Amino acid sequence: MTDPLLRLDNVRAALRLRGGEQELLRGVSFTIGAGEALGLVGESGSGKSLTTRAITRMLDPAFRVTGDIAFEGASVPRMNAQALRRYRQRDVGMIFQDPRAHVNPVHRVGDFLTEALVRDRGVDRRDAERRAVELLDEVGVRTPEQRLRQYPHELSGGLLQRVMIASVLLAEPKLILADEPTTALDVTAQSDVMAILDEQRRARGLSLLFITHDLELAAACCDRLAVMYAGEIVEQGAHVYEAPRHPYTIELLGARPSIEHRVERLPVLRYDRAAHELLKAEAS
Amino acid sequence: MSLGAYLARRTGGLLLVLLVTSFLVFGLLYLAPGSPLAFILGPRGGTPEQIAAVTAQYHLNDPFFVRYVAWLGDLLRGDLGYSIVYRQDVSDLIAGRVGTTLALVSMAALIIAVVGISAGTLAALRGGWTDQLTSSIAAIGLSTPSFVIGVALISVFAVGLGWFPTFGSGSGGLDTLVHLALPALALSVASAAYLARITRASVLEERGREHVQTATVRGLAPGYIVRHHVLRNSLVPIVTVLGLTIATLIAGAVVVENVFALDGLGSLLVRAILQRDFAVVQAVILVLVVAFVLVNAVVDVLYTFIDPRIALGSRK
Repeated sequence: MTDPLLRLDNVRAALRLRGGEQELLRGVSFTIGAGEALGLVGESGSGKSLTTRAITRMLDPAFRVTGDIAFEGASVPRMNAQALRRYRQRDVGMIFQDPRAHVNPVHRVGDFLTEALVRDRGVDRRDAERRAVELLDEVGVRTPEQRLRQYPHELSGGLLQRVMIASVLLAEPKLILADEPTTALDVTAQSDVMAILDEQRRARGLSLLFITHDLELAAACCDRLAVMYAGEIVEQGAHVYEAPRHPYTIELLGARPSIEHRVERLPVLRYDRAAHELLKAEAS
Repeated sequence: MSLGAYLARRTGGLLLVLLVTSFLVFGLLYLAPGSPLAFILGPRGGTPEQIAAVTAQYHLNDPFFVRYVAWLGDLLRGDLGYSIVYRQDVSDLIAGRVGTTLALVSMAALIIAVVGISAGTLAALRGGWTDQLTSSIAAIGLSTPSFVIGVALISVFAVGLGWFPTFGSGSGGLDTLVHLALPALALSVASAAYLARITRASVLEERGREHVQTATVRGLAPGYIVRHHVLRNSLVPIVTVLGLTIATLIAGAVVVENVFALDGLGSLLVRAILQRDFAVVQAVILVLVVAFVLVNAVVDVLYTFIDPRIALGSRK
């Protein structure tokens, strides 16, 4: 059997604290194949973002990480500094939630887009800018030449997120990690940005790990869903949205408001840590 | 705000500040006891006729406002006045000394910038014992007066090892550089220590920013990230402190100029105050105020280059 593009095998991350450790990822395992999109959903604090940080080895040194993360068979935790940089440069691209905070405000948009190409790939600056203009055009940014000369604070959030997407596509990675890429945007920008990300990913045959609170959105643009609870994946597969089996997933899907039926109050999730541990004990 | 409008507003402010400070200095010197007569006529004093003649010659008995307005009128005509102690035009006195002070302050500013920024950056990025050591040295540097450092430098490097001259400002060029090395070092220690602390705090704050994570996750080289994304963004507080420091150095040079027997603006000012040499005191203070306002204006313009979100003349 050939290796999948990305394989997480029983990944655990424990935060070292005074007087013990707090385990925040408790055995996460999944795979993403080439060209496949996996949607990772779950409540705030369930460990979704930590998982993407573990994949890029961006976790704070205060975390003790065990288990293996393999990209095309190569173990990410065991990479040396040079291999890690190369992996971050060429294999994975990260799209963050808040483009305003994640783009350096004192440099021009053009500098942000081209710095990786110019510094690490030896691309001529003019050539890099030409490629950046082409990509901005593809992600629906009008007057791209002018945008390159502007500073991030002169662009709207939606526009800046397109710039972020373009910067990731410019590096031509094999896997895109998108951590709630539309949460910080206003509603109209959200659907535009998501449509562009989905379209570009499919056109280029890239893999995607899509983190979101939006179950519908995840189901619409991903091949499979994985549901996280308290640092664990409770259920994953292509069936999750249509036919959930795990009690937490069923409750989670049942808690969404519907446009057809009027309800006074949204249901509160009754699934809690105690129920979760009980269920796990029964299963084993 | 356009650069032209900004400069016009700044110049107007400068003139107002100059008017107020000159009035205050003039008034305080007028109120202070003592008179320049003692220095003009010597320790034994003069005959009543001599005193009357000198008093009339320099208008020492005219009312305060008359003298102030006369001085202001001269200034507007480009005449800084005449020193009754040195019997020389004040502009000549200042022209002869401004070079020494300028060279001293420039050298000190260079040392402060290089040592302060690199020590602060190193402490922030290395952490551990490098940080401890830098912080301790900075604390010692901050709490030691410049004359103590000056005397220590003289006894070790000038008298003990004989590497540097003990006093004087040299005869220009490289000689001046050698003569001013120790004074500039003594002048810069406290400010370099302060700048190191500011730099350390600023670099630590900027290093934790989200956009630095973006740069790291894109696999950019660590050295490039430090230069292009961390240090570059830490510059606003660093430049603020550096600007204020340089402006105060000009006045702070007084002590060091005395320790190293340098003939600069600082020692001129101190002597002029002691001798009630009104015209000299006024002129030196005007020079200091102009330098202060000028340095601050330069810092303001620099802000807009450092951070494009800051508009010229805004209050951010």
